[in-house]
Parts: sequence; structure tokens; C-alpha cells
Amino acid sequence: MKGKLKAFWSLLFGDSVRAFGVVSLVFLASLAIAPSKNYFSEWRHYQRGYLKMVRNRADAVTLQRHFQGGIQQIWLPEIGVVDRCESCHVGLKESSLANVSLQPYRNHPVIPHKLGEFGCTICHRGQGAATTVSEAHNSTLAWEQPVLPAKYVESSCGTCHRGPVPGTPRLNEGRRLLASYGCVNCHTIKLADGATMKPTDNPPSLSHIADKTSREWIYAWLKDPQAYATTATMPNFKLSDDDARDISAFLMANSTPISGDTLAISAKPSSDPTAGASLYGESFCASCHAVQNAAGNVVGGDVGPELTRVGSKVKPEWLQAWLRNPRIYNDGTPMPHYRFNDGQIATLSGFLLAKTDSDLLANVHLDPSTPQQVAHGKRLVSDYGCASCHEIAGIKKPDNFAPELSRIGSKPITQILFLAGMPHTLPDYIAGKIKQPRAFTTGLKMPQFTLTQTQIDDITTALLSLNDRANSLPPSMTVAAPSESNYQPAGQAGKLIHDMACMTCHRINGHGGDMAPDLSWEGSSVQRQWLTAFLKNPNTLRPALIRRMPKFNLTDSEVNQLSDYILAVYQSPTVDRDSMPLSGYPAGQVELGKQLFYGKYSCQACHIVDSNTDKGYIGPTLTQVGSRLTAAWIFQWLKDPQALRAGTIEPNRAMSDEDARAITAFLMSQKGGKQQEAAKK
Amino acid sequence: MKLPSGILVLTVLSFATSCARKPASISALQPTAYGNAIVESSGDKQVAQIGATLHDPVVVQVNDDKGNAVTGALVEFSAASGVVFDPVSALTDSSGQVTTNVSLGGMSGRYELTASTFDKSHKPIEVKINETALGYQQTLGRQLNEKYCERCHNPESTVERVSNYDNLAVKPHPFNEGGTLNKFTDADLTAIISYGGPALNKSALMPAWGNTLSKAEIQGLIAYIRAVSDPPLHGSEATFKSN
Repeated sequence: MKGKLKAFWSLLFGDSVRAFGVVSLVFLASLAIAPSKNYFSEWRHYQRGYLKMVRNRADAVTLQRHFQGGIQQIWLPEIGVVDRCESCHVGLKESSLANVSLQPYRNHPVIPHKLGEFGCTICHRGQGAATTVSEAHNSTLAWEQPVLPAKYVESSCGTCHRGPVPGTPRLNEGRRLLASYGCVNCHTIKLADGATMKPTDNPPSLSHIADKTSREWIYAWLKDPQAYATTATMPNFKLSDDDARDISAFLMANSTPISGDTLAISAKPSSDPTAGASLYGESFCASCHAVQNAAGNVVGGDVGPELTRVGSKVKPEWLQAWLRNPRIYNDGTPMPHYRFNDGQIATLSGFLLAKTDSDLLANVHLDPSTPQQVAHGKRLVSDYGCASCHEIAGIKKPDNFAPELSRIGSKPITQILFLAGMPHTLPDYIAGKIKQPRAFTTGLKMPQFTLTQTQIDDITTALLSLNDRANSLPPSMTVAAPSESNYQPAGQAGKLIHDMACMTCHRINGHGGDMAPDLSWEGSSVQRQWLTAFLKNPNTLRPALIRRMPKFNLTDSEVNQLSDYILAVYQSPTVDRDSMPLSGYPAGQVELGKQLFYGKYSCQACHIVDSNTDKGYIGPTLTQVGSRLTAAWIFQWLKDPQALRAGTIEPNRAMSDEDARAITAFLMSQKGGKQQEAAKK
Repeated sequence: MKLPSGILVLTVLSFATSCARKPASISALQPTAYGNAIVESSGDKQVAQIGATLHDPVVVQVNDDKGNAVTGALVEFSAASGVVFDPVSALTDSSGQVTTNVSLGGMSGRYELTASTFDKSHKPIEVKINETALGYQQTLGRQLNEKYCERCHNPESTVERVSNYDNLAVKPHPFNEGGTLNKFTDADLTAIISYGGPALNKSALMPAWGNTLSKAEIQGLIAYIRAVSDPPLHGSEATFKSN
């Protein structure tokens, strides 16, 4: 054995020449390792695969000519991008490869940016400098940023785009949900532009809650808000029976009455369901409030609370006072002051109070509360941060109640405690935490929200956009959010507009809702006679809309005050309402306008002028438009609708002045006989 | 003596592990019945963003040779990588159906899902279900469609949107009418959207949108129209099938 070894040794290193030769060979072989590793690298493998795939295509020559071998790199030093992804993703810029399903050879789908301008990792994350699949896509010891799953990729749009972006519904919706589900009541989110994200959920004050509802209802609500209303955004705190008992005890004991927010019932709630339903319909309550129908579908708006079981919640005397004038209980409510008369209040309150659910409070039996329970309830209210969302007399809104989320999209994975079996990635953690917060730690304060998987994905997308890069971008690269205005109309008319909550639906000067037309330039657009008649008795302009202007029972002096204000203040700088006459256009011009209306421009596709023949159901009915709008407004509108109302769906037809003038003349001739007679009286 | 006993221990161990693994490698579900046919009940031809969970679940039904629903048949779903089924396999319920929630993959295009079961002789039978995932451009087009187009082009009304389709003297083409719309080239569609129906000798009820929509928006609309067309326009998009 030993002899054999010795012979082998002397064979290799027996003399110096032999030893030199052998050592040289060993060195040569080890030197060859590096080039061969390079030769057999993944990216070469993929490039060869690409050429093989391309060879049989009709456009092979073009694709081969575009192909560049070797490591491909996008280098953008200003934004720290060194991306070599194109070394394997060879066909990213080849639009003819859109129908290729084999990766990594697909072309990049069309986006509004050039790939060379931003690189890949700005949007997709991952390790740009890596040249192997696993290092580029997955997290490694040296680099913990894996590629972002495609469903969250819109978060990267949000890194630079601070406002809503067209084509990214998930990001936009996620940001909206963060505000409307009240996430930002507890979690501070400082945006990269220095602003703080504001909640839009408007949770009610609890300081006077005993006027409004019973302790039993509060208990049932606390135990399971969605059992009362499936659309409730209030999360479930998973309280024990005792804790819910004590919190309800504290809230009732802490509540102070407001004078006038409950009324000795002046009119007995009516039991006529037909009259109630028709008044509910006429008042367009469903524009803001939803009700679950027999089929289980929740139908209606989401501005106000769902009313499916409201009869099991509110005290009749509070409801009647609320319907009479909601501003006494809550001055800032989006609910209009309808000026209902006693009979209407009786009808509507009776209709709403009949919306009960006998199961809701059937098993709630609470003994009178003890001081200990009230004290314990107060402690729980502080512990759970109830005052982060709700105003509660005597309890201060806590600052930074929950962890700040301003840079959650860059949270290092090393700082995260994952659940067993969960993939160790940031998006999975965020989505998991939103889905079931208390699965992570027992006793965690974050409650259980009722969200669909899509909503969870949306919120996760919005949170991932709050990252280090968003906070370190040069200002030239960011796109600011449209600035939010705080416009409030002034004076007596301003008080009326506040009282009727006009801006819950209408937008004026950049502030307000989007349910009804923007009124910023209403004064240039309408005729006074029409406006006063409409405010008194709003009729239907757009037959296809289910949300319409309700009747507010305004007095004549209120109508005049509002009309004066609208006509004087809400004027467009580009439309001089008196520059064109309201009538007296030559018959020839009117006839030409009619031909253009029905022929060249075929406006009847969307509008009705002659209700016997036209059926267009999209735009406003124009049967009496000559009594409603000013000629100057119609003319400017025909020339460029979007200039007068951004985002309106009426197409800009680039009309000549002559065409626009003729159609204006035709439309101004539509005075709507009957209605005009009525208006004159 | 030592060697044989070692071998014995090894044999026993390997046997034990293979036994232990057996139930795990086969699906935990054991069919109690077998069908002769599998059909799609609902959830076919949906459109969603990449990676999104489809709005409606996919429901398939297993029937016997007489067309009656079979309870307890095993249905397994498969698709290209990236598609997630919840659940991925299940036994048919009392009405012979299996319901699964589907999240599409991360690339835009058509996804062909396969639902399969076995007949009595353990021969696989399957049904294909097609869904569409929208990328950025198609999503932009979908948003524009909802705002500008579908009030006339979609004959179905919803609670929020009354269709204008029936009011039009010349009926517009619903965007999924691939049989008709696939005959138009991208240039044709660009012309008709930009300059209105008369650009292609069609009805003037279709107005010109070229001054209202940008070039990119019109391209987005066309991408969306191609994405929802049924049958698909050949070669316009990738199709991802189960491997």
C-alpha cells in the first residue's frame, strides 16, 4: 500500500521538471475555472435560449439584429440604479414578443415610462446588480429585497406619484382605504411631501351617545359591529362580554345631554310603510345611506351609515330631532338639514324605526352598571385607543397610539417577527397583519377589520409605496398630489350652504363631494329663473342617474339668497354670461343648428331634445335647455367642455365657431313650453 | 452478524418513511364517487388585474353519464405558475359542484385554467376555463371604458349605470364581440375612436374622441378591447396554460 503511494508520488513529483509540469497543470486547470464558470453562467444560458426561440419566428432577422450578447446594464447614478436584468430578460424592448408566454423572453408590457429612464428595480425591487436568477429575484444574506410580486407593483408608481394615478386602481383604492377605514387615526403616516395623511372616515362623537341610543345597542355593536351593519367600517375588537359591558357602562355614564337633540315626540311615528318608502325615495336618502334588501344585497350610498337595522339602534325622540335638524346633535355632519315638516318627520321616522332586527339585542341583558365597571370601562377605552377615532369627553386623543407607518414599505425583514409557515417577505407580512392582526401576538390592540382579499391587497400596495426611496427622491422626480382646498362659502349664503350640506355632494372651488355637478362656475351657466325654480323644486335633469338632488323645502327668501350668491360669486373667468342673447336667433341659424345636432354631431345619442323621437339617456335632457342655460355657456361648452368642467365625459368635438353658434341657437330655441309657462307664473 | 442487522434496520427505516410519506404525497381527499363529465357552471371569462383575485369564484360541476350531479368526486385545479386556487382541490358538494377562488398570475394575458376529475376507470376528464389578466395599459383602458364607452357599448345595465344601448338607432358593438371587432386593425380602431363613426363609414352616433382622449389613452382602450374580445384576436396576447 505504502509502496504504491510512494511510486505515485515519484511519478508526479519525482524530479523538479516533473514537479514543475504537474504544478503548472494544476494551476492552469484552476485558472480555467473562472472562464468556464462565466461560460456556463445562467445569463448565457438564457441568451442562447432566446436566440434559439427567435430562430423560428418570422421576424427572426430583426430580433437577431437587435440582440446584443453579454451582460446588459442600465446605469442611472442619480437614482442609484444598476440593473442588469436585461442580461436574461433579453426581449424586454421587443414589442413583437408581447404574445410570448415563456419567461424571461417576454417583452415588457406598455407603461408610460421608458425602461432606460428608470431601470427595473425602481418598480420591481430585487437586486439589480445580480447576474443570477436567485440573487436577482430572491432575498439573500447580503441583499434582503426580493422582487415585488406583480400584484403589488403599483406601489412603486406611488413612490413618485403622490396623488391618484390613472391606470393604477389598486394604489388609488388602497390610499383611499387607508383614509376611509380610519387606519390613519391610530397610525401616523407622514407623506414624503411633508403632509400627514388625513382620515376621511368621520367617526361619530361619543360624548352625547346616551341621547342617541341604548346601552344594549352599544354592547351589541362593540361585540360585533358587522352584525348590526354588514358595511360597518368599525373593526371588531374581540372584546370579552365583561369588557363590552364595562365600556358600554362607561360610555353611558360619561355621556352628557345636548339640549334640543331629543324632542318630546311631536308627531307619532307613522306606521304607513308605503308613504315612508316613497318619502325615503323622494328625499334620495339612498344616495348616501344603504339598506340591505331581501336578497341580501346592500343597496345605496356609503356617505352615511347603513340603515338596515336602524330601528334597533336609535331612540325615537333622538331620530325625530335628528330628522328635524341634524346640526343640533352634530354641526359637522354631512347630512343635510332637510326642513321636513311634522308630518314628514312622523312618516320618515316611522319608516326608519320599523327597520329592526329582533335578533340583534335579544340576548343582551345588562344589569345596572356599578362604579367599578364604569372605572374599568374608562381604562379599557384608554387602553384600546377608542379616542384615537372617536371624540369622547374627558379622554384626550392619544398621540402616536400605534406605530408610525411613514416608511413601512422599507421595513427591514430582520425587524419582523413572522408567523410560522409564512413566507418571509415584507408584502406577505403586511397583508397578513392586516388580515388577522391578532394572529401575530395575543393581546395585540389592533382590531380585526372586515376587508375582502382585494381590499387587503389594495392597502398593502398603498403601504408598500411608503418607503425610503419615496422619502429620498429628488423633487424633480416626484409628481405632487393635487392640492386639497379648504374652500368654504362665506356670509349668509355660506351658512345656508353649510346647513344643507351642499358640499357633501357638490364640489365648489376644489372642495366637496363628487356625487353631483361641480358648482364652481354655476353662476355663468344657468338662468336665474330656472335656478330659483330648481332650488324650490328640483326636477330631473339626467334621467339615467339614480342619485338626484333632493327637495329641501326652502323658503322664498332662502331661495333668493342662494340664487343671488351663486349668480354673483360662482362665475367663470372665461364665460361672460351676458355676451350672447337668450333668444331671438334667426330661424335659418336655428335650422342649421338642428341639422348639425342630429346629423354631423349626432348629439341625440346621449341627449333628448324632442322627447317623442330622441332617446339618448346619458347627458342631461335638453327639452328646456333654452330656459335653463345661458347661451354664452352653451357656446363655450360646445367649443371645449373639459375647459369648463374638467373630467366631464362630453367629448370635445373641436367645433368651428360657426357650428357652435348654430347649435347654440338651436338649443336656445328649446324653451320647454309648459315648464316655462309655469316658471313665469 | 453486525452487517445484516444494519441492513435490516435500514430496510425497516426506509419502509417506515415511505409508508409515512405515502398519505402526504397523495391528496388528503379521497373521492367517494366518480363522474363521467365535468362542466363549468360559472366564473368563466372574467377579467381582472394581474395578480388579482377574480371577483366571482370559479364553479365546476361533475355529472354522471345521465347528466345528474355527482357528489363526492374529486376535482383538482391547475394552471400556469403564479395562479393561486383556494382551494386547489375539493370533493363535489351535494349539488355536484366545487367552488374555488382564483388569483391570476403576474403577467398580463389569457390564463387557461384546468379543472379535472377521474371517471370510474381512473381516466382523467377535464374542462378548460379561460380568464384574462390585465396589465397597466389594459387597466387604463378598462377605466376609460367604464367612464366613456360602456354606457353605450355594454347592453347590460347595473344598479349604478343604466345602459344607453337600447336607445341607439344603430347598435354599437359590445367590446367582447371578437367575431366583429377582430376584423378591425389597430389603425381602424384608432381612426374610429379618434374621428368618430363616419371615419370608417359607420354611424355618426359614435362621436370623435380624438380631442378628448390622448394617444396613450386610445391605445389603452384598444389594448383593453383586444384583452376582452371573445374569441381572442389571434397572436395579440400571450396565453398561459397549465404545464
